[in-house]
Amino acid sequence: MSTLTKFSAIPYTGPAPTNRNPYIPSDVAVHDARGAALAEKLQHAAMQQETGQDLPTFIVEKSAIVNVLTVLRDHPELRFTMPLDCWGVDYPRREKRFDVLYQLYSLQNNERVRLKVMVGEDESIDSGINVFKGLDWFEREVWDMFGIRFDGHPNLRRILTHEAFQGHPLRKDYDPAQRWLLTEKDVAQLTPVIDDRFKDVDTDFERVTLNLGPSHPATHGTLRIVVTLDGETIIGADQEIGYLHRCFEKMSETHTYQQVIPFTDRLNYCSAIINNVGYCLTVEKLLGIEAPARAQHVRLMLSEFMRIADHLVCIGTNLVDMGALTNFWYLFQPREEIYGLIEACCGARLLPSYLRIGGLAVDVPTDFLQNAQRLVDMIPKYIDDVEKLVDRNKVFLDRVVGVAPISPEDAIAYGFTGPCLRACGVPFDVRKSNPYIGYETYDFDVPIAEGGDTYARYLVRMEEMRQSLRILQQAIDRGLPEGPVMVDNPYVALPPKEKVYNEMESLIYHFKLIMHGIQPPVGEAYFQVEGGNGELGFHVVSDGTKNPYRVRVRPPCFAIYQAFGKMITGQTIPDAVAALGSLNIIAGELDH
Amino acid sequence: MNPWMLYLVWPLIKFLIAFVIVQVIVAAMNWIERRVLGLIQARLGPNRVGPWGLLQIVADPIKFLLKEDIVPSSAEKIAYFLGPMLPLVPAFIVFCLIPFGPPPTFAVTHTNVGLLLILALTSTGVYGIILGGWASNNKYSLMGGLRSAAQMVSYEVPFGLSIVGVLMLCGSLDLVHIINYQAHHVWNVFPQLIAAFIFFVSMNAENNRTPFDLPEAESELVAGYHTEYSAMKFAFFMLAEYSAMLVNCCLMVSLFLGGWTLAIGGYGLTTATLKSMGFMGGLLGTVIFVVKVMTFMMIYIWFRATFPRFRFDQLMDLGWKWMIPLALINIFVTGIVVLAAPEMIINGSVVPVGETILAVAGAATVALTLFLIMKPRAHAPKVIHASRVSEA
Repeated sequence: MSTLTKFSAIPYTGPAPTNRNPYIPSDVAVHDARGAALAEKLQHAAMQQETGQDLPTFIVEKSAIVNVLTVLRDHPELRFTMPLDCWGVDYPRREKRFDVLYQLYSLQNNERVRLKVMVGEDESIDSGINVFKGLDWFEREVWDMFGIRFDGHPNLRRILTHEAFQGHPLRKDYDPAQRWLLTEKDVAQLTPVIDDRFKDVDTDFERVTLNLGPSHPATHGTLRIVVTLDGETIIGADQEIGYLHRCFEKMSETHTYQQVIPFTDRLNYCSAIINNVGYCLTVEKLLGIEAPARAQHVRLMLSEFMRIADHLVCIGTNLVDMGALTNFWYLFQPREEIYGLIEACCGARLLPSYLRIGGLAVDVPTDFLQNAQRLVDMIPKYIDDVEKLVDRNKVFLDRVVGVAPISPEDAIAYGFTGPCLRACGVPFDVRKSNPYIGYETYDFDVPIAEGGDTYARYLVRMEEMRQSLRILQQAIDRGLPEGPVMVDNPYVALPPKEKVYNEMESLIYHFKLIMHGIQPPVGEAYFQVEGGNGELGFHVVSDGTKNPYRVRVRPPCFAIYQAFGKMITGQTIPDAVAALGSLNIIAGELDH
Repeated sequence: MNPWMLYLVWPLIKFLIAFVIVQVIVAAMNWIERRVLGLIQARLGPNRVGPWGLLQIVADPIKFLLKEDIVPSSAEKIAYFLGPMLPLVPAFIVFCLIPFGPPPTFAVTHTNVGLLLILALTSTGVYGIILGGWASNNKYSLMGGLRSAAQMVSYEVPFGLSIVGVLMLCGSLDLVHIINYQAHHVWNVFPQLIAAFIFFVSMNAENNRTPFDLPEAESELVAGYHTEYSAMKFAFFMLAEYSAMLVNCCLMVSLFLGGWTLAIGGYGLTTATLKSMGFMGGLLGTVIFVVKVMTFMMIYIWFRATFPRFRFDQLMDLGWKWMIPLALINIFVTGIVVLAAPEMIINGSVVPVGETILAVAGAATVALTLFLIMKPRAHAPKVIHASRVSEA
């Protein structure tokens, strides 16, 4: 099926985007009803339901937010124990200009709830850090980006920008072109003294403060961990991030919806296509369209290939950090082949930007399925080889078993998702809990392990690759659905060139799309996919123009990495290095 | 012969020849290691400079010589300069004491305490590493230096103890005597299997090679003690490390694998047989020696490609809780056997009863130790499959 026929001969008769229509989610009735049920159950005076949203949503009075969070967490029938996200949106023309949004997840009921708190410019809000440990960094990020103070936060410092930064970049009145340089002088003044907090820790030897990173062989990406050492034992650790902050969210606001896709590639660059999928599905949800079956099928297959590639990189580099070099090349061989498959599809390898809102950029090559089958046949051998080499290796086991463990309760409270959470024995996988692009029709298991240590994370990743291969085999057996790979909607997809040159209608559509872009209805939508590291969520707010009003990404690393300092306290530096590799922290995603 | 010629000029010439050959081997080892690693790791290794990348051996030293020699401004200058040189000098001197072939022609000097001297000289190598690590004024270097000191001191003990069994059997510190003894009995690796095993593990640890490469653990300490060293100073460290590897392999071959001989019970290529073949016989002996040494160098590389790295406390555990007790037990048992079960003469032929007992006991002990160390964990965590987890 050539991409040239993606536009039907019948003129489009659907509604034209009149860019001031409110966004009405397709399943709004379900969420409104669930919201009403929640409101009835809770009977909380400070919670007011907001209808017409894509999740059960409540507007919460600012003064009561800590109470509401506590009630939601502790209610025996609801148990919203997992803080998935906390972020802000700026509406400068409103009386109280900021929205602070919380998203909580209940493992017990498999449901989400969104809380909105309106905060004025000079107001502060109570910190929820005592309710959910995982809100720590999210609140720091909101403070950094919007300048909203959180009362009671113990360490409300800038997190993504540097300490010499002035202003708060995600405010609408912040000029995107304004830059702030961090000079050496500033660094000398502003480098936080970490030692102080650990000065009361009982030690036998003199303490040493050591900077691991930002450019250290074990920090894949630019991470910095400041550890205070007693001999080789870590008695306190703090993580500094933001070295790779590229203002993804601010940049998105100055680009059109399609132009954001290349930025999403650079989030988790080890599994770029999953990011594309997450973003495109969010915008498609906002537009109320669905990509054709063929495109969805390819998206699913490439997502799984990318998941395998992500895990291959993670395990390979993790083993290198422990000195086992050979596995790295064995695992990178199939990764190269996977990139070869993607290169055949779109010409790019690491950062493909292959997806478009409404489908795919181009159709897959004719031998796509054969190549995919070849990969599915080939990859298990490499996984088995590595497993044979390390799985029963005493040196390896000594290095990973019981290293940097985290309890399931802590993991949930920190907002862990993905393999790191499943390694604690919590079976949460977005592909099962909120299936998308047809995952519900595939037969696969979600591996979990006990212990939550580095070994458990390794085991879960190894098994997940096998499960991904299972999904892929099923997808290959089903074959690619026939049909176009782009929606038949001229307000979303560009008409083919030959029509643009020959038909007035197509020329106009082409011109409108190029000049005015995709214009989703006014509203907000959240959508989540299972990324390589866990739940990758996108929250897109549209004001009806061609540029997103706000794009929020929920990077899974962000929640995971904030627990790292606690996980490695009491361990040694080699343990910290092994644990860091097993968490698979991708700086691009972590720092937005 | 003129004593000046005999004791100064002639040894000097032989030393220079040995030195050049050893340096070529060290440089070639670099290329061999990278090629073999490439082979094991499903990649190519250096193959651009010259045929099969062979000129890499030349290109590397040129690069080291031409690179800028950076000295950190906060470094302790004198110690920083001494650091790379200290390990190099003993590493070179040691080659005077190793008999590469039947003496006197193929050994630079021949002393009857050669083994003791070698041990004394090689153990000074650690000073350079500590000095370099400390003088760099860098926390990573310092930690690398400290780790190295602790590791070398710990493994020096089993290293030395493992040799004692051999000395008891052969009754000499003279390497030539030890080699001849093996040619007329049996390679020491059989009656002294435990000692050989401990020696081999310890020599890996002494050389900071994987899985004992903690002092320069790249992913933890950047590059350990030589983080701040560049150009030729860095090359000196590398040279010393590879020279020390070579020395240890030579010792391993001399002590446990019959050195340049290829004989058992006095039959085969013994020293006397080789000497009767004249100069070519000596050369043949040297070739046999080098082949054996290179086999062990290959095992070094093979180890590097296979094992992950120990953690520091695990390394100490292995040294103090396994290696040293094992070495002591070995000495004890060897002593009893040497005293109580001398060679018996049955039907007119010499039967080495004691050595047979030792060989069997050694094999059993090594097998048991390997089983204890490598046995799978009783409660290994498992992956559980949850197919309908969303409802859980």
